Amino acid sequence: MHASFPILSALILLPIIGAVLITVISNKHLEIVKLIAMLFSIGVGGMSIWLLASFHSHDSGFQFVSQHDWVTSWGISWHLGVDGISLFLVVLTGILFPLVILGVDPHHDHKRYLAWLLLLEAGVMGSFLSLDLFLFFIFFEIVLVPMYFLIGGWGYDKRVYAATKFFLYTMLGSAFMLVGIIATAVLARRDIGYLTFDLVTIAEQASFATNTGRWLFVSFAIAFAVKVPIFPLHTWLPDAHTQAPTGGSVILAGVLLKMGTYGFLRFGLYLFPAAAVWAKPVLLTLAVIGIIYGAIAATMQTDLKRLVAYSSVAHLGFIVLGIFAITSQSLTGSVMQMVNHGISTGALFFLVGMIYERRHTRQIAELRGIQSVAPIFSAAFMIVMLSSIGVPGLNGFAGEFLILIGSFQSARWWTIVAATGVILAALYLLWAYQRVFHGEPDEANSTFAEMTLREGALIMVFIGLIGFTGVYPKPMLERIEPSVDKLVEHVVTHSDYKTPTIPNIVVEPHGEKAGE
Amino acid sequence: MVFAATLEGPSIPWVELIPILSLLAGTCFLLLVGSLVPTWPRRGYAWVAGISTTVAIVANAVKWNNLRYDNGETFFADVIAIDRFSVLASITICLAVILGALMMSAYLLRMNADGPELYALLLTSAIGALVMVAANELIVLFLGLEILSLSLYLLAASNRDREQSQESGLKYFILGGFSSAFFLYGVALIFGSTGSTKISGIGQVLSGNISVTNTDAMLLVGIGMLLVGLGFKVSAAPFHVWTPDVYEGAPTPVTAFMASVGKVAAFAALIRILAVGLEQRVDDWRPVVWALAILTVFTGSILAVVQTNVKRMLAYSSISHAGFILVGVEAAGHAGSDGIATSMNYLAIYTVLVMGSFAIVLALSGNTDGETNLSDFKGLAKRRPALALAFTVLLFAQAGVPLTAGFVSKFAIIKSSVEANSYVLAIAAMVAAVIGAYLYLRIAVSMWLEEPESDSEILVDPAVAIVIVVSVVATLIVGFFPELLLHATRLARFAPL
Repeated sequence: MHASFPILSALILLPIIGAVLITVISNKHLEIVKLIAMLFSIGVGGMSIWLLASFHSHDSGFQFVSQHDWVTSWGISWHLGVDGISLFLVVLTGILFPLVILGVDPHHDHKRYLAWLLLLEAGVMGSFLSLDLFLFFIFFEIVLVPMYFLIGGWGYDKRVYAATKFFLYTMLGSAFMLVGIIATAVLARRDIGYLTFDLVTIAEQASFATNTGRWLFVSFAIAFAVKVPIFPLHTWLPDAHTQAPTGGSVILAGVLLKMGTYGFLRFGLYLFPAAAVWAKPVLLTLAVIGIIYGAIAATMQTDLKRLVAYSSVAHLGFIVLGIFAITSQSLTGSVMQMVNHGISTGALFFLVGMIYERRHTRQIAELRGIQSVAPIFSAAFMIVMLSSIGVPGLNGFAGEFLILIGSFQSARWWTIVAATGVILAALYLLWAYQRVFHGEPDEANSTFAEMTLREGALIMVFIGLIGFTGVYPKPMLERIEPSVDKLVEHVVTHSDYKTPTIPNIVVEPHGEKAGE
Repeated sequence: MVFAATLEGPSIPWVELIPILSLLAGTCFLLLVGSLVPTWPRRGYAWVAGISTTVAIVANAVKWNNLRYDNGETFFADVIAIDRFSVLASITICLAVILGALMMSAYLLRMNADGPELYALLLTSAIGALVMVAANELIVLFLGLEILSLSLYLLAASNRDREQSQESGLKYFILGGFSSAFFLYGVALIFGSTGSTKISGIGQVLSGNISVTNTDAMLLVGIGMLLVGLGFKVSAAPFHVWTPDVYEGAPTPVTAFMASVGKVAAFAALIRILAVGLEQRVDDWRPVVWALAILTVFTGSILAVVQTNVKRMLAYSSISHAGFILVGVEAAGHAGSDGIATSMNYLAIYTVLVMGSFAIVLALSGNTDGETNLSDFKGLAKRRPALALAFTVLLFAQAGVPLTAGFVSKFAIIKSSVEANSYVLAIAAMVAAVIGAYLYLRIAVSMWLEEPESDSEILVDPAVAIVIVVSVVATLIVGFFPELLLHATRLARFAPL
């Protein structure tokens, strides 16, 4: 059943090769540099779509597995695999990078910018595909370097501060995880008989004493909580997002934050099911605080980009809520929402970037009446924004609805509070839209240029994805669900947790239509 | 003549001494021929030093190969132990000597002061280091320590045109004298309580049934004094105060040499004393090392934050590296730990990183060897992108970023520590590593994100270029294929008692 071509390794190695090629080519051949970056990123994107097409939709296990020994004395192997949980994140990564490379002009030092972007892509792909704790840590950590340079080199005024804060904050989280990873492998050796960092082996064969498991879970959870970010570890995010160049923000919001939530699923729930169930109330509470706090903070922002950044805190709160509600629907919704948030927030950052290119400001107070001078731009912004709010018929609704339905069964009161976050999302986004796009344009805004063809094409890709997933989520759901069900079953068999006995609500693709 | 017949010295297996003898021959050749023949070909002195060190490396490599099936043995009435541990440390030291000699040649040519003396001192200090790592006897160890230290005092003060260099040498000399006194007094006390100065002998006495209860306090004070003396040499906090001043003032190649060779030798000696001689007293020294380790990692990384001179920054980072190695030493104090192997692994990798980093500092330090402020590194990426990239790799390696040797070394140490259940120490070390990362980021920011202050051309001497390329390539190779080095360090064992 496995394709003989090691496609997962290629997804990681291809961008690296591209980055190396770009580095060795002289600065004088800028066109060739751009062409290489384009070809390699599109190649990776194409391969990820091919992966999606040849993925067996009802198989819950890991597919396209590739395993080679690496550091044998430590039991570390190059072990890659993809399942329903990681599949769409890989595809999202594959799609977002070429769009960033094609859609945003960094204005200076193209060569280095593109090389860093490709390295970043390799790191992100590696994080989503690794099935070895050591390998995962390497990719999780290596991602910091290109992102650091992207923010620091091509960002706005306070870029160095933001980049350093981002780097150190995330590295501090990873420091705990590194100790946790080593301790996990060392302790698992007693059950397994030999030292291995292999995720599947440890998760299936090792069991940890109650307290040990909790400590280990906490060490992982700190790293992921910083990355997501979960309140109160989120303070790096508004700075990093706001100061990052547009491309950096898109990637940061689109895929980098998902490394945290994905980590919770893959390494939190799967490795330490009992501890995850134990930590459930705390994480649910923090998630709900994040939803409400993110929304309120977003409402008060005067900077459009910062507003979108805080909206990410709120949206990621929903995803964490779904993960720790631990029901099939909530988890499926969370996985879906990871992708949806990547699409809609990625698109929002693109659009905010376009506004900045035209007006050289992101202050809401300085923008007015854009709708009357650039109607197409405004329409695009409106659709993306509605998707972010979670309006039925668009992708944001499908994920959020599943999360709320699933969480309601096992975490009722948290869900009730969280649901108000949906209303708050409408509040801050619509209010921002009203201030920026409605009214009469003043002198500075009356020359706001309409969307160019290139920008339009770029946004059309996003709108296409938003519409398709919103109306017809079935292909996505049927690939996510088997893996999620397997994970829930794993948690149930390895802890005293029982899934709620409420009859399963089958979400048909037309289900949302009915709710509209 | 009568006495000569009865006083029989130990038999001398000259073959085992080839590494030391080769360095000694190089020293003598440099000094004798150097004073007789006034003009030597360009880099001639460096070649002599390099060749004699290469012979030492080859001899060590052959010995390593011969030790495939056994752990080595002791010679000269058991005062010198040629085992896999000492051979590995010797190879590390000799490699550092070669890299140091390369940097030295570039430095001296630039200062227009080429001469045999400094190379001879490099070799003698290496002789001291080789004696230290193989010494199985505390007096012999002290001899090695003094040979190493005296050469380093002179090397540190060797730049006569620069006041800081004089200050550095003098400071190092006075404080080093203090620490030697501590060490020697510790030796005396341990001898008093155990009746032996042989490291393996002390171990035998302590593990035997001979009661040492009456002399317990004496032994403990002795252990403490040894730790102070060697703690000074490895620049462990709170004995680190000399490090930044001396590192800053000494000529850059000497700083690199001091930071690598001095540390490898002192750590090897410390590990042998603790693991072989004081194995039975693990419960006494382990808590001390624990405290030293925590203090050292945090002192190094926190104080580095406020520095503005790159050489001082690297000095503090070397303190924090010493703390990491102490974490490994602490782990070695637990039964069944591979802490010794991972400490050796860290030392080998650290040697390469520190050599490469200082080589880049040397390339930038200008004709006075004094332009090492952070502002001198501004915009390096625009002036010499390759140099900036190399320094970035080395700095990120020191910070412990994956796919570099630095990550491998940190990972191995943390793994030993976790296996020994020293979780607090492991977490503290990692947190300190994050604080320390700020330092490397600051240098990276200067190089990549700021505008250059001068546009004078940076000339990189080919010898320095070799050091940089070798260290960067080694950093990446070990980062991607850690097994190569791990395999060797895992075999680092002591000769049987």
